[in-house]
Amino acid sequence: MSALSLLPARRPVPGVFVALTLTLVIGWLVVLVDGGQLFNQSTTVSLLHVAAGLGLVAVGQTLVILGGSLDLSVAYVISLSTLVAAETMNGSDGALMPAIGLALAVSAAVGLLNGLLVTKFRVNAFIATLGVGLLLKGYLDSGYDGPAGTTSPTLVQTLGYQRIGPVPLSFLLLVAVTGAAWFALSRTRFGHHLVAVGGDPEVARLSGVRNDRVLVTAHVLCSLCAGLAGIYLASRLGSGAPRVGTEGLYDLESIAAVVIGGTALAGGRGGVIGTVGGVLLLASIDAIFNQLEVDAFFKQVIRGVIIIAAVAVYARRAMRKAA
Amino acid sequence: MSDPRPAPLLTLRGIGKSFLGVRVLDGVDLDVAPGEVHAVVGENGAGKSTLMKIVSGGYAPDGGTVELAGEPRVFRGPRDAQRAGIGIIHQEFNLLPGRTVAENVYLGHEPVRRGFVDRREMLDRTARLLASIGETALPADARVGRLGVAQQQVVEIAKALALDARLLIMDEPTAALADHEVELLYGLVRRLQERGIGLLYVSHRLTEVFDLSSRITVLKDGRRVTTVDTATTTADELVRHMVGRELSSYYPERAAPEDLGPVRLTVRDAGNRKLRDVDLQLRAGEVLGIGGLQGSGRSALARALFGVSPFTTGDVTLDGRPVRLRSPRTAMRAGIAYVTEDRKGEGIVPRQSVLDNALLASRAVFAARSGRAARTVRVRELLAAVEVRGAGDDQEIRFLSGGNQQKVVLARWLALNPRILLFDEPTRGIDVGAKSAIHDLVRRLARDGAAVLMISSDLPELLGMSDRIVVMRDGRIAGELPASASEEDVVALAVGTVREAAA
Ligand SMILES: Nc1ncnc2c1ncn2[C@@H]1O[C@H](COP(=O)(O)OP(=O)(O)OP(=O)(O)O)[C@@H](O)[C@H]1O
Ligand SMILES: [Mg+2]
Repeated sequence: MSALSLLPARRPVPGVFVALTLTLVIGWLVVLVDGGQLFNQSTTVSLLHVAAGLGLVAVGQTLVILGGSLDLSVAYVISLSTLVAAETMNGSDGALMPAIGLALAVSAAVGLLNGLLVTKFRVNAFIATLGVGLLLKGYLDSGYDGPAGTTSPTLVQTLGYQRIGPVPLSFLLLVAVTGAAWFALSRTRFGHHLVAVGGDPEVARLSGVRNDRVLVTAHVLCSLCAGLAGIYLASRLGSGAPRVGTEGLYDLESIAAVVIGGTALAGGRGGVIGTVGGVLLLASIDAIFNQLEVDAFFKQVIRGVIIIAAVAVYARRAMRKAA
Repeated sequence: MSDPRPAPLLTLRGIGKSFLGVRVLDGVDLDVAPGEVHAVVGENGAGKSTLMKIVSGGYAPDGGTVELAGEPRVFRGPRDAQRAGIGIIHQEFNLLPGRTVAENVYLGHEPVRRGFVDRREMLDRTARLLASIGETALPADARVGRLGVAQQQVVEIAKALALDARLLIMDEPTAALADHEVELLYGLVRRLQERGIGLLYVSHRLTEVFDLSSRITVLKDGRRVTTVDTATTTADELVRHMVGRELSSYYPERAAPEDLGPVRLTVRDAGNRKLRDVDLQLRAGEVLGIGGLQGSGRSALARALFGVSPFTTGDVTLDGRPVRLRSPRTAMRAGIAYVTEDRKGEGIVPRQSVLDNALLASRAVFAARSGRAARTVRVRELLAAVEVRGAGDDQEIRFLSGGNQQKVVLARWLALNPRILLFDEPTRGIDVGAKSAIHDLVRRLARDGAAVLMISSDLPELLGMSDRIVVMRDGRIAGELPASASEEDVVALAVGTVREAAA
C-alpha cells in the first residue's frame, strides 16, 4: 500500500462540468461562425427555463437512483400535478396556496405508492413505477382531451416569467431545491442511509439502517420534485396539460441527466450537483441546435452519442479506480 | 465448577434455524457472563456465523430464546440488537467501499447535532476509536475501497466498537490480520473484558482461542457438542470434538532434492508501482513460501505474476521463454492460477451457484463446447476433494459459510491443472480438518510437477509447508530462508531487524 493511496478521499469536480464547458465553448464558436449569437438574453433565458423544469425532476430522480431504485412514473406525475394545480386555482389567486399544497400532496401520495410497492411488496422498481405510471396515464387519457383549468395569474407572473437579470425565478427554485437535496445527502442521516442502501442493501441492513423507510422517503421526495416541476410547467403554460410530462420525455431525460451527471445507475454513488451539470449539458445542446436550426433527428443522434460517451467515460474511470 | 460465575449477560436456549428446509442450527444452548470471553469453534459450515447473526439480530431464529441480562428478547432486526447493546464484527466485511472510514464506522448511528450529521464529530470519534486499537496511520476520511484487507478488518472492528456494546461478537476477527495486529486485538479484548463487556469469539486459530477465552463451545453440524473450561482442555481434545476424529498435526512431507524439476518461472530485476528489484526463481515440484508483513508487497507480487497489475520493468521467463504477463487472461493461458486473498471482493460471484463459481475459470479459458461434461465431472470431484459442505452444488455461493466459499475458489483453480499456482492466504478462514486436507492437496500438486508460490501470514503454516521461504519488505525481497528457518528468522527479516541475508 503506497502512501499515496491513503490520502483522504477527495471529491473531484464531476467530469460533466468539463463536458459542459467544452460544449458551451464549441457551441458558441459554431453558432458564431453560423452568424448567430449563443448567449443573447433570450437564448440564455430559455436555456435556463428548460433546465429548471428538467432539473427539478432530475434532482428527485437522483435520490431514488442513489438508493438503488428508479422512477419511471415522473412524467405522468408532472402532468397530473399541472392539472391538479391549474384546476384548483381556476384562474384566481385566492386558491394559490391550497392548489400548490394539493398538487404536492397528490404527487407525494404517488411517491408513497411507488415506495411501498418497491419495498413492502418487493416489486422491481422498473416494473412498479412503470405500472403506477400507466395507471396515471389511464386516468389522464380517459379524463382529459386537452388543457384544463387556469393557472393563477400571480403564479404565472412570478414562477412562470419573473426573472432577475437573465436568471428566471424558476431556475433559482432549482438552485434552492438542489442545495437542499445536497445538504440532505451529505448532512442528514437520511442521506447517509440512502447512499448505503443503494451501495449495498445487506450492509445497510446489518448496520441498523431501516432500508424500507429510507427508500420510501426517497420515492416520496422524488415524486414531490416531479410535482413541483408540474406546478412550474403549469405556471409557464397558464393551464393544466395532461400530456406535458410525456411529451417532454421527462422520465427518460431525467434519468439521462442523472447518469451523465455521474451517478451510478446501480445506486450508491453520485450526487445532485453532477445531475444539475447533466441537466445544463442537455439544455445547452438543445439551445445550440435550436440556434443552428438543424433537424430534430440529428439532434437526437447527438444526444444519444453524448449519453453513451458519458457512461463509457464513467465506466472506464471506475475500472481504473478498481485497479 | 466451584466458583459461582456472575449472572449471565446472554443466555441462548434451544436455538434452532433452518434455511430452505435444511437444518443449520438445532437446539443450541450457550451463555456468556459479563467480562467473559466465550469462544465458539467448529468446522466450516458448523453454524457458528449463523448463530452469531441470530444473536445480533441479522436472522430470526426458528426456535429457542435469546435472553439478555435475564430478560427474553426478540430482535426484529439488527437495529433492535444494536439498541440492546450487541455489537458484531462480521466474518465477511460489512463495509461500503465507496464511503469513507468514518461514514462506515458510524453507518446507522451517525452523530447528529441539531438534527444534522456532525461530520467533524464523526471524524474525531473515528480517529479516537482507531487510535484506541493502535491504528494511527489510517485516516478517518480515507475511502474504504482503497484500503487493503487488513485495514478493512480494522475498520470493521472499529465499526463494532463504535456501538459501545455490552456484548461484542467477534466472528473471525483475525482472519485478515498479521501477527502484530493480532497482538493489538488481544490488548483490545482484555480491555473490553476489564470493562465488563461479554465477548463471543469465533476463530479457527486455536492458539487465539486458548490465549483469550475462559470457556469454549464446540459446534458440529449445527449442534452443540460440548462446552468446556479452557483451562482444563487441550487442543487435541478440542479438535477431536470438532472433527470427530484424531488429526495428525504434521504437515505433509517436503520435496526431496530429487523431486525438484527444472526452473519454471524466473523473474529478473522486475518492478512496478509497488515492487522494486524483484529477483525470483520458482521450480517445478517446489512450494515457495512468501513471508512478510501486510503491505510488504507479497500480494503485489502475486498480482504482478498473474497480470492484474503487471510488472512495468524487468523480465519474466516461463519454462525458458520470455513472456509478458499483461492480463489475467494471458497468465491463465500460460498455466498460472491465482487464489486471491480478497474472497468477497475478487474471489466469488455471490449470486451464482457453487458449480458455476467453480467452473468460472475453466469456462473462461477453454473453448465453450469441447469437453464440457468432463470438466463438470472433474470440478464436482474437486469440490468433494476439498470437502465443500453446503446444500449442494446448485446453491448460490453466497449462502455457503465463509470457509466453504474459500474451498470452492480453490477448486476453481485446481480445475485448470495449472503449472504454476499462486496462493494468497489459501487457508484463511478454513477449519483445521479441511486445512490439513488443503495442505496435502497443495503438496500433491507440487509432487505432480506444479510450481507453487504460497503467501501466508500464518507462520507455522508458512514454515511447515515451504521448501524455501522468501521474505518481503517494503516492496522488495528482504531475503531468503531455508525450510529449516524459525519463526523468529522470518519475523526478523520481515521487520528488518537483521541485515539482509544474501538472496
Ligand atoms: N442465508 C442462507 N441461506 C441458506 N443457507 C445458509 C445461509 N446462511 C448459512 N447457510 C448454511 O448454513 C450452514 C452454516 O453456515 P455458517 O456460515 O453459520 O457456518 P460457519 O460455522 O460460520 O462456517 P465457517 O467456519 O466456514 O465460517 C452452512 O451449511 C451454510 O451453507
Ligand atoms: Mg462463519
